[in-house]
Amino acid sequence: MTLNLEGNSPSQQPAVRTTSSRLTAADHRDHWLARWGVNRGGHRIEPGLYALGRPDPAAPVLVTANYTLSFDALRSALTERDAYILVLDTQGVNVWCAAGEGTFGTDELVHRVEAVGLRDIVNHRTLILPQLGAPGVAAHEVKQRTGFRVEYGPVRAADLPEYLKTHHATPEMRRVRFDLTDRLVVIPVDIVGGLLPLAIAMAVAYLLGGWLSLIAAATAILAGIVLFPILLPWIPTHDFSTKGFIVGFLVALPFALLVFQHNADLTWWLRTAKALTQLLIWPAVTAFVALNFTGSTTFTSRTGVRREIFTYAPIMAGMFGAGLVLTLAGAVIKLWGGA
Amino acid sequence: MFDVSIANTLQFDPVSCNGCGMCLAVCPHGVFARNGRTVQLVRPEACMECGACQVNCSEGAIRVESGVGCAAAMFRAALLRQSTPSCG
Repeated sequence: MTLNLEGNSPSQQPAVRTTSSRLTAADHRDHWLARWGVNRGGHRIEPGLYALGRPDPAAPVLVTANYTLSFDALRSALTERDAYILVLDTQGVNVWCAAGEGTFGTDELVHRVEAVGLRDIVNHRTLILPQLGAPGVAAHEVKQRTGFRVEYGPVRAADLPEYLKTHHATPEMRRVRFDLTDRLVVIPVDIVGGLLPLAIAMAVAYLLGGWLSLIAAATAILAGIVLFPILLPWIPTHDFSTKGFIVGFLVALPFALLVFQHNADLTWWLRTAKALTQLLIWPAVTAFVALNFTGSTTFTSRTGVRREIFTYAPIMAGMFGAGLVLTLAGAVIKLWGGA
Repeated sequence: MFDVSIANTLQFDPVSCNGCGMCLAVCPHGVFARNGRTVQLVRPEACMECGACQVNCSEGAIRVESGVGCAAAMFRAALLRQSTPSCG
């Protein structure tokens, strides 16, 4: 039962679509593809009102985004329940990010409540929103414009069954986390996004320093993309950049030692300089990748990240540049047959 | 030197606060706590500037310059000369 909602006159009853709390194999496949960044922005469902189970006019109305991962997290948490799900048009973006951009917002919510004729479908005036939708929605304004009271539910849909018993969220339900699982699920999309820079870096490294540099480049970048998010809370220091320098230094160290060992024919200072380039270039690269992970987390502030950029980007650039100059100088000296 | 990123623009004016508690509900980092008739800041350093409290404060008692804490978005905005960094 799908009907186009656009262009309905107010007298017409718009279609209420049906859905279930059961996720199919196709749903799981879609989630997997979304996590790998395949067809980003294409994991959408039609905005509008959905009936889960057999909702009566007193059934709760839960609001979500038209991103399949958001919608599916919500409906799969509501097994054996009757409810209405109001899906806002967030252009296939999750609730929190869409709220930050304003698409999961007051205007869209007010518009959607009117468009589906919610007032005539339910006999109460309460909308339950995910807590993370709050950056985009002014609850008092929604009340003023629609008569519906906005109630912010828990952060995670999984806590909804518990929440719906009392309509009270515990402090635990109100907190975002960034557990190992949360950090692991965001890694694939960064791997996909990092493939092109990785390929370019490996090619350039090979041209300048051969196979060892190629492997070092891949190690430095993958350490930032994979190792860094996994180890995040256990790496000392608070700033992402310094954490990145630490991880980068540790993974670059074996390459520095290898370079030192493999150039036994050179004078000691040339050997040391060659080894040093590994400790200048690669930790800077890893730290840069680590700094870019800030946007994937659940706790970095804009002011804090901006300060990090101004503090550490010059250091990263300086280390990278110094390492490059040293590499080129070494190549020139070698070419002249010196040392 | 190693904690320059602990910084935010959150400001709370207890005089304007009517104690509705909306900020307690929307803050994902437990920055606010109830304090008698009003609320108080208990973990201001944990604020990530999402802006949820400011948007949902009917009394205008909270001010914060909200935005995305994403270095990649800021680098992209600088490169493409965008005025506000976004998720692309």
